[in-house]
Amino acid sequence: MTSLPQTAGRSPVRRLAGTLHRRPRLRLSLLLTAPLLWLAVLYLGSLAVLFVSAFWTTNSFTSEVVKVWSADNFHQLLTTPVYRQVILRSVGVALAVTLLCAVIAFPVAFYTARIAKPERRPLLVVAILTPLWASYLVKVYAWRLILSQDGLADWALKPLGLSGPGYGLTAAVIALTYLWLPYMILPIHTALEQLPANLLDASADLGARAGRTFRSVVLPMVLPSVAAGSVFTFSLSLGDYITVQIVGGKTQLIGNVVYSNIELNLPMAAALGTVPVVVIVVYLLAMRRTGALSSL
Amino acid sequence: MEAKAIRLQGLRKAFGDTTAVAGVDLEIADGEFFSMLGPSGSGKTTVLRMIAGFESPTEGRIELAGQEVTGLAPFERDVHTVFQDYALFPHMTVEENVAYGLKVRKVPKAERLVRARKALADVRLEGFGRRRPAQLSGGQRQRVALARALVGRPGVLLLDEPLGALDLKLREQMQVELKAIQREVGITFVFVTHDQEEALTMSDRIAVFNQGRIEQVGTPAEIYERPATAFVAGFVGTSNLLDGQSAQQIVGAPGTYSIRPEKIRVLQESARATESADAGAAEATDDAEPEFSTATGTVAEVVYLGDATRFLVDLDAGGRLTALQQNLETSSEDVAALRGTRVRLRWHRRHAVRVPDPR
Repeated sequence: MTSLPQTAGRSPVRRLAGTLHRRPRLRLSLLLTAPLLWLAVLYLGSLAVLFVSAFWTTNSFTSEVVKVWSADNFHQLLTTPVYRQVILRSVGVALAVTLLCAVIAFPVAFYTARIAKPERRPLLVVAILTPLWASYLVKVYAWRLILSQDGLADWALKPLGLSGPGYGLTAAVIALTYLWLPYMILPIHTALEQLPANLLDASADLGARAGRTFRSVVLPMVLPSVAAGSVFTFSLSLGDYITVQIVGGKTQLIGNVVYSNIELNLPMAAALGTVPVVVIVVYLLAMRRTGALSSL
Repeated sequence: MEAKAIRLQGLRKAFGDTTAVAGVDLEIADGEFFSMLGPSGSGKTTVLRMIAGFESPTEGRIELAGQEVTGLAPFERDVHTVFQDYALFPHMTVEENVAYGLKVRKVPKAERLVRARKALADVRLEGFGRRRPAQLSGGQRQRVALARALVGRPGVLLLDEPLGALDLKLREQMQVELKAIQREVGITFVFVTHDQEEALTMSDRIAVFNQGRIEQVGTPAEIYERPATAFVAGFVGTSNLLDGQSAQQIVGAPGTYSIRPEKIRVLQESARATESADAGAAEATDDAEPEFSTATGTVAEVVYLGDATRFLVDLDAGGRLTALQQNLETSSEDVAALRGTRVRLRWHRRHAVRVPDPR
């Protein structure tokens, strides 16, 4: 860089700022080197190690990893009925949680975004977010208490002649729905809040009642945000293993099986661990078609 | 047709403590192009929204074609609206937008397609049916909104500042087209605008709104030539009022008078005035014509407008008047030199319109 005559008297900081201003590439590399290193080495790197180790095997006596290439683990995953069941059950739980979240979140978001007074809306959003500030474990143990025998759920349902679901698959779905609900409410809230009021007026003006306006105008315009929320609820549910351990009784999901295999059969755990990654990639590709990813 | 298309009686609307509409009575005839003109916050849009059914009045009564509709929902009224920012459904194609009202009313698919295409052709948008609103220009969107509102053949079409977002050229073109479409379909148009020129060019009648009330209802010429209040005189056209002592001295009677700028002739008082033959002639005949008023003053500002020149004249009797002169073949180049010169203003007495004193 040949410095201009008038830069001679300037402070070094100003000279550096000037140099950076004239060199956009240098500026960009200073900005991105650290985060890119983090992403490439730690994030993608560990994923790569996971994937590679899924093709290794273990010594069945010592449980030590043997670095011999084989696709046995994946073959086992696809042929052993127990593994297939666990995978299907996990995907089913994730879908059920997502569906429940969407059904519960829509009316809540409709209230917070369109019915509540505008000055109260930020407070309501904060209220929706507060559960996220509490510890995950505390919340799940709270559900364990609620769903325990003669717990809150049993007590509340007794007058109706019913009892709570107890620990098991249903309990896991309920607890997961509770945990991830805010991630569904928020995008729907944002979409409903941004929905121009005069589109609703226009629909009514052209003769549509509330139900028709909801089906033909509100729902199609908010659907991408529901899909965006579902990306969170689906992937968070698919990867969870603690909730199901605490309230799921004997229920096994992918996460539990990975966890229990880590000590005994690390390559098998790695192979199982790639399943949710693949499922979520497929799910994201499906959601991309709805336009969900541009409303994240 | 016996019943009026729209009849408003004692219409009031309050939002909390603020009164948006403070008592409006109005009758709009069938097939009329009716404008509601006023500054923002004057209540004109609120009245429109009450006719459409988006707002319910705090007090008063709304009739459409002789039927009371005050408590009815928008979808129960034979009225369609063209919104200020068009309010097209972004997830539908142009054709689906236009056909939406027909679909809602359960018109068979084949028929609504034919009618939607016809409506698009009427606004010169044939071939645009498959596009999305986002792919259209402002003027095209505007016409889609118009087609969507007209395709159901409503008894009344409400237009809420529909030309506000367009640039000047397009706006002028759309003014002509809107008027032509209205004449063709014969539907009652209620047009809300804050642009006095727009209201004057298109309307059969105009209501001038101010602070939630109607100041005057009349034909464009009545509103412009004989403003009923000082507000109307000022809002429609240039505010040009003579009052107090200067009115007494110039008009010869007390009160507030409105004079339209183009009615005022500017005659030069200096020796240079004799260069202009007709100016000299006018001055000579001045005293002989008692139906004319004159006032002397000093030119405070000269604004060259291209087709005309605007003079701001400080009167010797006090106050200031604006005069507008067409730039005919003479003097348009050196009008700037007239700043600071002495002039005599002259107008026909019937052009000084007495208005009630401003409150």
